[in-house]
Amino acid sequence: MNRKAQAIVLFLIGGAVLRAGFTGLCLRYVKAGLRPLLLAAGVVLIAAAVATLWYERPRTADGDPRREEGDDGHSHREPRVSWLLVLPLFALILVAPPALGSYTAMHTGTALQRPWGFPALPAGDPLKLDVADYAGRAVYDHGRSLEHRRVEVTGFIALDGHGAPYLVRMALNCCAADAQPVKIGLIGRIPPVLQPDTWLQVTGTYTRKRTKDPVDGGAIPYLEVSGSRPVPAPHDPYDESWNG
Amino acid sequence: MSTTTKAAPPGAGRRAAGEPRGGRFDSSLGLIMLLVLVVMAQGPIRRALSAPVTQSWMTVFVAVVLQALPFLVLGVLLSALIAVFVPPSFFARALPRRPALAVPVAGVAGAVLPGCECASVPVAGVLVRRGVTPAAALAFVLSAPAINPIVLTATAVAFPRDPEMVLARFVASLLVACAMGWLWQRLGRADWLRPPARPSFHGHGRGAAFWASVRHDVMHAGGFLVVGAMAAATLKAVVPASRLHGAADDPVVSILALAVLAVLLSICSEADAFVAASLSQFSLTARLAFLVVGPMIDLKLFAMQTGTFGRGFALRFAPATFVLALLMSVLVGAVLL
Repeated sequence: MNRKAQAIVLFLIGGAVLRAGFTGLCLRYVKAGLRPLLLAAGVVLIAAAVATLWYERPRTADGDPRREEGDDGHSHREPRVSWLLVLPLFALILVAPPALGSYTAMHTGTALQRPWGFPALPAGDPLKLDVADYAGRAVYDHGRSLEHRRVEVTGFIALDGHGAPYLVRMALNCCAADAQPVKIGLIGRIPPVLQPDTWLQVTGTYTRKRTKDPVDGGAIPYLEVSGSRPVPAPHDPYDESWNG
Repeated sequence: MSTTTKAAPPGAGRRAAGEPRGGRFDSSLGLIMLLVLVVMAQGPIRRALSAPVTQSWMTVFVAVVLQALPFLVLGVLLSALIAVFVPPSFFARALPRRPALAVPVAGVAGAVLPGCECASVPVAGVLVRRGVTPAAALAFVLSAPAINPIVLTATAVAFPRDPEMVLARFVASLLVACAMGWLWQRLGRADWLRPPARPSFHGHGRGAAFWASVRHDVMHAGGFLVVGAMAAATLKAVVPASRLHGAADDPVVSILALAVLAVLLSICSEADAFVAASLSQFSLTARLAFLVVGPMIDLKLFAMQTGTFGRGFALRFAPATFVLALLMSVLVGAVLL
């Protein structure tokens, strides 16, 4: 790849990264905290592209050091592997794959861990809880703080092999490569037609029923559903709060 | 795309850019044609990639690349700064003259590079080129991603009930880094370490040299990063997690399994502690092995090391690092955990 082509690739990647950072597209792939770093990286890449073009601009033949060294595209094998950089570029610009959803959730074991503590819940009806918060209290606190409370939980739908529905939120620490699901089984008044990956706001009450995750044997609590309504996917599809 | 690459004759671009080259492959033109072609065919491409497996593959692939990119850029900027503005004599003065002493000093110095493994490889590359003894540079590249404050803090947060995990990680990683440095000093041969030829940027002025180094390193290390990201995404999509959980019962098998998993998953060292914490059915020693092996050798790193130091080096260095990291984790785990 000669320097001009490298400048084009750098510019396009920088632009794609800036766009992903500004529009929030990057939240499908990485944690929100990486956003400023991504924007900075995009700026550097574009600067590198502009600088390359600037130093490559046609100059008078004498005094042009490139003449002695030749174009650096041949002196070593760097350029071959550089072609691969167009792959993430296409993936990001043209395809922009969705955030990890039900497929990954049902192929990965639940990541529920014992919470650090169970702070008192605020008053209010229904009580708004994260998927991980509800699941943690239901499994490790045996639902003590959830008795006699109507809770409202938001997540996306995943169906297991038998069509049983789960409400899932993927928890994420750094990027989608380390995302892990936290699952809640749904029983009770479940909507008749459930489409995997649609986001649902579910109201219901705690139930003692539990099951084991077929993938890793982790505990999955259930929620007795009394009502539900579809909601748009949240701006940040991942739960980044659950472990620090 | 691969056909386009193969079509490039090795001498493409021999003449200065801008000159007409009859019959030669012009990579700018090729790139633009490729871009146009893909944009025109985007409908069919999207349809072909709409299956859940391929979608989750792509999501993980894009995620690994995006997540690593800022740290790669940071490392590339640092290495360009060192290459252009720090004279080689600086390292001669800063590091002890005897390599045996320079190794631990460089290993501890890794603590100041705040980033993950993607930043440390380009920096180590420039250190070698600036005359730092390879043994010390290798100790640096191994220790930096594992013992810097950000990673240790993340480890402490991920293991709130096992603070000794932080100490164990620090000690084991530093020991492996130093041991690998000394091992290289004793057994390493200079001809294994064959960094691909680099254009020299001298005679251009400092600004030009700086940006040329940035461009070269991003294109180069970035390409290898893409290779590593593809491998990691493939393994995450193909290897079912349930296979792994049977391994937790046997103490020996569990350590081996998590060490191999660390290599395959190629998770950023700033996030691996959280993944290790969630593998709660495994022993602490097995999880320590995961945390020690991961930042030192994984698929992404192997690809990047191949690019920076040459294939002959990576093929010898990676297995040795793996074995040593495994042994050291067991040892430190037995003492501290």
